[in-house]
Amino acid sequence: MAALAVRGLEKRYGRVTALGGVDLEVGEGELVGLLGPNGAGKSTLVKIVCGLVRASAGSAEVCGARAGTAAARGAIGYLAELFRFPGWYRAGEVLELHQRLAGSQGGEAERRELLELVGLEDTGRKRVDDFSKGMQQRLGIAQALVGSPRLLLLDEPTSALDPAGRRTVRGVLEELRRRGIAVLLNSHLLSEVELVCDRVVILSGGRVAAAGTPDELAHARGVEIETGSGLKRFETAVREDAPRLVAELVAAGERIYGVRVLTTTLEEAYLEAVGGDEA
Amino acid sequence: MLIIAVYALREALRRKVFAVLLVLTFAFLGLYWLGVRQAFANPPDLPPAGLDSREFAGAIVLGLGMFAILFLGSVLAVFLTLGVVRGDAERGLLQPLVTRPLGRTQLLAARLLGAAFVCVPYVVVVNTAAIVIVGRAGGWWPDRLVTPVLELAAAVMILAALSLLGSVFLSATANGIAVFMLFGAGLVAGILGQIAEVVNSHTLSQISKITAWALPFEALYQDALNRITADASGLTEFALDLGPFGGGRPGGSLLPLWALAYLGLVFAAAALGFARRDL
Repeated sequence: MAALAVRGLEKRYGRVTALGGVDLEVGEGELVGLLGPNGAGKSTLVKIVCGLVRASAGSAEVCGARAGTAAARGAIGYLAELFRFPGWYRAGEVLELHQRLAGSQGGEAERRELLELVGLEDTGRKRVDDFSKGMQQRLGIAQALVGSPRLLLLDEPTSALDPAGRRTVRGVLEELRRRGIAVLLNSHLLSEVELVCDRVVILSGGRVAAAGTPDELAHARGVEIETGSGLKRFETAVREDAPRLVAELVAAGERIYGVRVLTTTLEEAYLEAVGGDEA
Repeated sequence: MLIIAVYALREALRRKVFAVLLVLTFAFLGLYWLGVRQAFANPPDLPPAGLDSREFAGAIVLGLGMFAILFLGSVLAVFLTLGVVRGDAERGLLQPLVTRPLGRTQLLAARLLGAAFVCVPYVVVVNTAAIVIVGRAGGWWPDRLVTPVLELAAAVMILAALSLLGSVFLSATANGIAVFMLFGAGLVAGILGQIAEVVNSHTLSQISKITAWALPFEALYQDALNRITADASGLTEFALDLGPFGGGRPGGSLLPLWALAYLGLVFAAAALGFARRDL
């Protein structure tokens, strides 16, 4: 059973169509990146899945339960793009509150483990009000992981983090993959998505504009060979053509110093997919 | 549900408005004690025949105190509930809570319960203090002790429920203004009723009655006022009926049922509105 199955999902706000029939699946333990320009419908999709927004048409199921039901909410962990915890709480108290709401039996051990996972184990008696934005963001991730959810929905989890914090989150995501937790990661940071995600879904104008593994989305752009007489570029060639091209050049008396197979980056694939929709 | 109620209670106790209200309450009780002493210090040498001047003065000053307590209790109730849905959603406090298995209706009920944990004891304690002040300083005790206190607490809870309903649709500031406009409308209805008694206007009396039943916190306050001098008769009763803080109007045996039903209806409307609201 898929951790998340979205079929023909639509959301309209009056005359504005935020989602125009999205199909998407996240398998158990799969890490899927959700990309798209501002207003593409990424956050709306995530909010429908976690029950904050009602769909106009189509369906979304979390581990077989209709999105928004108590069973579906019980299976997810969610980090909103904009969130806040009561300022007078300590990190452990925030997690304790969410443990009780999620019905988690993890107790002190779970709280300690989650705080260690996000690097907040030394916050002691410090209150949330005294946390930096990055610390609050990491606490948000720990909160989303309370109760060992089967599907984790992260809406821009690294937006307030410095490079070291982003690296911590990447480590957390890799650990989650190891534990078999499915993740839908909504992010603007293409490099981050490229580094950690198994698959990428690019939304544009409320529809899926492209989907696949980062390798599938990247396509051939030719082969570059560095020779004694300079750099030669074969634009229509693919990876399999490289040995033949090298052999031909050597036969023609060229000295070869390097060969590079050119592919598009995720950024290029993204810009190609969203076309003029980039905000 | 109790988890959220306790969360709401902690939030209430942490708010500055609570501390301000406590200071105001102590200031009010101190001034009230001084005022009551003065009111009873110089009784008229020759009161009109048939007028129990002690009962008259006691009922008027206690009626004034009950109005002030209703107002302070309402301020507390409104500040605890005015931002429960839209306000908290705009601040990002609500999203991490409503994506947990706890239902939206339960969350609303818990927030109302949290307000009740604070408002009901507040009204009961301060109203009892006012009764004791009048009794000790003036030697007059109301004819009914328990029911008027409970009615005042119920009136405050109705205002809390109205504020909770408003929080689903209005921003915190707009909601606060709207609820205090309703509070003012109830107050005007009460004054109109007393003017109707003086000028013997059936139409005005009907308008006042209908408004008081449409806003039953006013009907409860009027009934509470009526009960504190339930045994008054003759000229004393007539003079008290001229108001503005004495006499009141009896609500009848249906009032408690109507107040309960009204509370239920307002809560149901809030729950329905919240269930249909995208966050």
